[in-house]
Parts: sequence; structure tokens; C-alpha cells
Amino acid sequence: MTEIPTPHNFDEIPPAIAEPKRRRSLQLVWIIPIIAAIIGASLAIKSYLERGPEITITFLSGESLEAGKTKIKYKDVQIGLVKNIAIAKDRSHVIVTAELTHEAAGLLVDDTRFWVVRARISAGSISGLGTLMGGSYIGVDAGSSQQPREDFKGLERAPVVTMDIPGSHYVLHANDIGSLDISSPIFYRRMQVGEVVAYELDNDGAGVTLKIFIKSPFDRYVKANTLFWHASGIDVSLDSTGIRVNTESIASILLGGISFLSPEDRVDAAPAAPNSKFILFPTKDEALKRPDTVVETYTLVFKESVRGLAIGAPVDLRGVSVGEVSKINIELDHNRKEFAMPVEIQFYPERLKARYRASSRNGKPVSTRELLNALVEHGFRAQLRSGNLLTGQLYVSLDMFANAPPAKIEWSRNPPEFPTMQNSMEQFQTKLMQIVQKLEKLPLEEIAGDARKSIQSLEVTLKSADKLIRNMDAVIVPEARLMIEDARSSLEAVRKTLGSAKQVLSSDAPLQQDMRETLRELNRAARSLRTLGEYLEQHPESLLRGKKEEER
Amino acid sequence: MIGKKVAAAEYGLCSCHVCGLVVSGVHEGETGHCPRCAAHLHMRKPNSVARCWALLLAAYIVYIPANLMPIMETGTLLDYRNDTILSGVIHLWRTGSQGIAAIVFIASIIVPLFKLLALTLLLISVQRRSVWLPEERTRLYRLVELVGRWSMLDIYVVTILAALVHLGSMATVKAGPGAIAFGAVVVLTMFAAIYFDPRLIWDPLRKERKS
Repeated sequence: MTEIPTPHNFDEIPPAIAEPKRRRSLQLVWIIPIIAAIIGASLAIKSYLERGPEITITFLSGESLEAGKTKIKYKDVQIGLVKNIAIAKDRSHVIVTAELTHEAAGLLVDDTRFWVVRARISAGSISGLGTLMGGSYIGVDAGSSQQPREDFKGLERAPVVTMDIPGSHYVLHANDIGSLDISSPIFYRRMQVGEVVAYELDNDGAGVTLKIFIKSPFDRYVKANTLFWHASGIDVSLDSTGIRVNTESIASILLGGISFLSPEDRVDAAPAAPNSKFILFPTKDEALKRPDTVVETYTLVFKESVRGLAIGAPVDLRGVSVGEVSKINIELDHNRKEFAMPVEIQFYPERLKARYRASSRNGKPVSTRELLNALVEHGFRAQLRSGNLLTGQLYVSLDMFANAPPAKIEWSRNPPEFPTMQNSMEQFQTKLMQIVQKLEKLPLEEIAGDARKSIQSLEVTLKSADKLIRNMDAVIVPEARLMIEDARSSLEAVRKTLGSAKQVLSSDAPLQQDMRETLRELNRAARSLRTLGEYLEQHPESLLRGKKEEER
Repeated sequence: MIGKKVAAAEYGLCSCHVCGLVVSGVHEGETGHCPRCAAHLHMRKPNSVARCWALLLAAYIVYIPANLMPIMETGTLLDYRNDTILSGVIHLWRTGSQGIAAIVFIASIIVPLFKLLALTLLLISVQRRSVWLPEERTRLYRLVELVGRWSMLDIYVVTILAALVHLGSMATVKAGPGAIAFGAVVVLTMFAAIYFDPRLIWDPLRKERKS
């Protein structure tokens, strides 16, 4: 631009075509920032309104929790995010601050529960596998309370049952936990209907209290008289009836479990109220045994060994179980300086009485005391018997012993002492023992010495006997031979004699004929003699006058 | 030196924005048609300052959500992330990609901010008819125009990733609401730069000389 252009030059420049003036007071372009402002403001308002409540949850440890990353999920839907994790002032736990969404505000009530969802692999179930990949999150179980709350205490492990599952909770009391664990199954007729929710040791340490949950509609099968028992694993029992193996299901072999059943004859009982308390029996048998509500305790004092008698061994009355052994003690009798074995039994008199009543004529209930007194008078005794010779299991048998020494139940003792009889086997054993003891007392050695002496003298005797026999051989035998020869010749002579005798005696022998003739003659002679006799009797004068002429 | 230069406006001349024909007889505040292509003729871009301000204000407003809202949602089997621009930069830096972090930081944070501030400076100076460093301010304007489109880098990355990474549950990338806001910031600042008439920087010098 060295040259300043002259106006002349401008003439060549074409003029613009004029256009009427347009005045626009408002610039359309301002709509853009207004729209932007509106959008921005709406976003801000929305985010402000949607900003949910902030809560704090305490956990024992902050394991796998991360500020800004760990989510809070309800039914697997994210409803919040962990904002901050701090350690409590007393360093006993961590405090997690989380911001929830606006919609989640309704969840924040008194009994809402929070827990950290981690991968959990137990024998029965695998859960939370997603957390292996995507990291843990905080699970929520909405409570039903109306009381709002903002600070929560997190559970250390996931609750087994969330509140939205219909069903009922019950409380069981057991002697021990067995192989049960949280989430162990509960079976009803071998069908899984619930789970163990929690367990804890009683304050006094004397038992375990379990909380169980039974899903609806199965909870209506839990009646006031329902019996629960351990269905854990394989129940191998060895008792006087032999070996028994009992299992509930394959799952329960591995996991343990609880079964329940209502007694069949009382199915119409009212369903139990939620949180009712029940006893958890160790076995099904035990559970079903218990309808005997009346239980009486007696002591049986045995003198013999109770080896093989286990607690729980049956008390048997001619094959029917009427009780069981509950305690076995040992007692030292100072006066007599001997041991006694007091065995406590649980006796179910109902079983006995029911039968007794049926047989009694007036049907009047008899008190156990009277009944037992009467029975004992007639020789009713307890006795230890061997139930299984192979295993040596013992059981207590109640029976009548006709020859039992008189005894009475010691009602003054607590528990009352029931008279016992010595075991028949034991009796046999004692007798055997006595024999053995007597045998032991015999002077066996002396006897043996005597025997030896006798044997020696016997030998000597035998030897002399031998000698004697030899002498006899040498001296007597030749003479004997001679003697025998003589005898033989004598015998021959005898035979000859006999032969001639035979000739004489044979029927056609002349001697015989003669003899017969002679006898006949003799007979005739006798007859004429008789005639003579008779004649003489009638006519004695004929002796003098002779035979008178026949007066004919 | 500069002051001696003559502006075409002083002689009532202006050039057509479309065909470049130099036309006379146009005065400030008046309008007319180009005799050759019939386009509107303006001595200066009409309402340049007001439009520029409007767009710039809109850009400022949108800049807030662009930085606060997540720009990219990446979900993998292991992780689920919601990244704003700044958290993305921090994440990249921490995971060892310092170079990329620097690029993203410059392209997505420095550049838009620089554009906003530069345009604000230019507009204020023009409105106050300042004669302060006109040449440097013009250079600044050129830089704003030049650098403007590079701010879209972030948006490109997000959109390309969102389009490419669709591996079902294994990995997904989604553009967050912040991406829209951020895109709006870039577009609005670019428009603002276009509407800005750099000749306005020089006008006060002419007026000053005239008086």
C-alpha cells in the first residue's frame, strides 16, 4: 500500500445495491445461550433433587471396599456409591460413608441391613461369583420398619434370608451344633423348605440356640408339637439292636441339616407362632420317642460291672422300651468297702400304666408309686442284660423274678432307688469263679507227687506180674497140656458111653420094648389089685370065707 | 506504522463475503447486495460481538457439565468406570500412559479453556475499543481458529471407542452425557470464533487516528 488510492479509482468500483433497512432488536443468537442455560440449570436442579441421602455404615473391616468405587446394590440394582472409608476413632471398626440415590431414601429404615457381598463358596452353595470379577459391593436388605435411620451397623456376613421372602422364623435349642452351619438346609419329608439363619452359644454355655427360617407355605407345617432333629450326615448307631445307618439325603450327608415332622396322630394341631421355641433332638428316634411327657427318674444300683452300658441304652420290659439310661455313676460304700454303680434311668410310666389301666377292671388311674410298689412286691426287678454278645452292649431289663429276695423301692432317696437283680450271666460267672477258686485251693502238687509215687509202685507191681506170668508159662503150661490130653481122652470115653446110652434109650431099642411090655403088665396087675381092693372093701369076709358064689 | 495504514471502510468500500468483489457505497450499519452474486454485504460481520458473546456464554455454561459429567462409561468384566475428562486423564496418568494423558489433558482441558479465555479477552478488548497490542491479539485469534478443531480429539476417541468396543458383557464403552456437553463446548467456541470479526480489533486504531 504504497500508493494512496484516489477517489477516481473508486468510481470503477461497483456500488452496492441498496436494500431497505431491517432492524431486528432481538438477536436470535441469544437463544443459544438461553437454551444452554436452561439445559444446564435443569441438569443442576435434577442432580440436586436426585442427590440422595448420605448414610454411614460401620463394618469390622474395610476388606474389598473402595471409596468411590464400591457400589451399594439392592436386588442387584445400584442404589448408591461408597464415598469415603474412614477408620473409627477407637480403631475398632471402619466407617463407610455412602451416598444413595434419591429413590433409595425409602430403604433407610431402622431394620434395614447392609453387608459386604463377597464371593462365598460353601459346601452347599456358591454365591457372589460376580464379585470376583467386578469387585465387592454392599448388599442391602430393606427393612419393614417406619423409623428412618441414617447410621447403620453392617453385617459381617450376608443374611441367609432376606426380608422379602415370605416365611417364618423359629428358634431351636440344641445340645450341640453338630455339623450345622448358617444356611444348612431344613428338610420336611426330605424336601428342603428352609435354612439355618443364625446360631449362637447360650450365655451359660450349656447349649446352642439356632434361628431357622422356613419358607412359606411350608411354615404352616410347623405345629406347636412339631419335633425337630439333626439330620446331619450319616447317623451310624451301634446299640443293642445292632448297627444302624440312617441318612436324610445326599446333601445333608455333606452339609448337615435339620428335619422336622409333626406327630402323625396330632396333625390337626395349630400352626406354631413365628419365633416359637423348639428343642432340636440329636436323632429322629430320640425326637419321636419324646411324646412321653411324664418322665420319672430312678436309680438302679448295680454291684456288677456296667461295662457296655451306654447312656441312652434302652430300659426294656420284655422287649418294649419303657425308658433309657441317662446317667452312670460310681459310688463308694465306705461301710462295706465296696463299689456300687448307681445307674440313673428315665422311666416313662405312661407306657406301663396305659397297659395296666387297660387290664384293670374299674379303669381307675393308678399312681405310679402304687403300681410300682405292687409290682416290686411280686418280684419286679431291674437287671443288666447283654443285648449283643458280639459287641458286649448292655441294656437294662425290667422283669418279674419269682425267686427274687424281697425288696422295696427306696422312695426316700432322690431319685428313688429301684431294686435290682444280679445279671444271670453275672451269676453264672460268679459261680464259675467260685469253682475256679475251689480248684485253686486243691493241693495239686501233693496230688501230683502222690500220683507219681503210685505210678512208680504200679510199675513195680506190673513188673512182678510180668514175672509171674512168665513162670506160669514155664511151669504150668506143660502140665496143663497133659491135663488137657487126659481130659480129651476122658471126653472120648464119655462120648462112647453116651453113644451106647443112646442106643439103649432110642424108641425102638429092645430095652424100651421090654420096658413098655413090663409097664403094661404092671398096669394090668395094678388094675386087678384095685379090683381086688374094691372087692375086699365090700366083702371083707371073703378073706375068711373066700369068694362067695354069685347069687344068680 | 500501523496507524498510517488505511482501512477500506474509510472509503466506504467493502468486499463481498461470498465472491470477494470489492464494492463501494456501503456504510457502517447499512446493508446492501453484491452486484455480482447478490449476497448480503456488510462492512463488518453483523452483530459480531453480540453473537460471539452469546455463543461464548453458552459455551461457558455447557463447559460446566462437560467437565463434571462422565464423558465415557467403560465396562469390563472386572471393572466398571465412569470417567469424566479429568478423572480419565488421572487414570491414564496413573496407569502409566503419561504421554496419552498429556495429550488428552492438552486437547481436552487446556485447549477449550484457552479458547474460552482467549475469545473472552478478545471480545472484552474489542468492546472496550482497546488499542492494546492489536497485532498480538490478531495472532491470538488466528491461534484460536487453528486450534479449535483439535479439541474434538476427545470426542473422536470416545465415539470411535464406543463404535468399536462392543464385546457384549466383556467390555463396552459408552459415551456419557459429558461427551455431548463437551462436544457442544467445542462446537460453540468454534462458531464463536467464526462469528468474531478480527477486523474489529483494528477499528479502534482507525477511529483513534481519525480523531
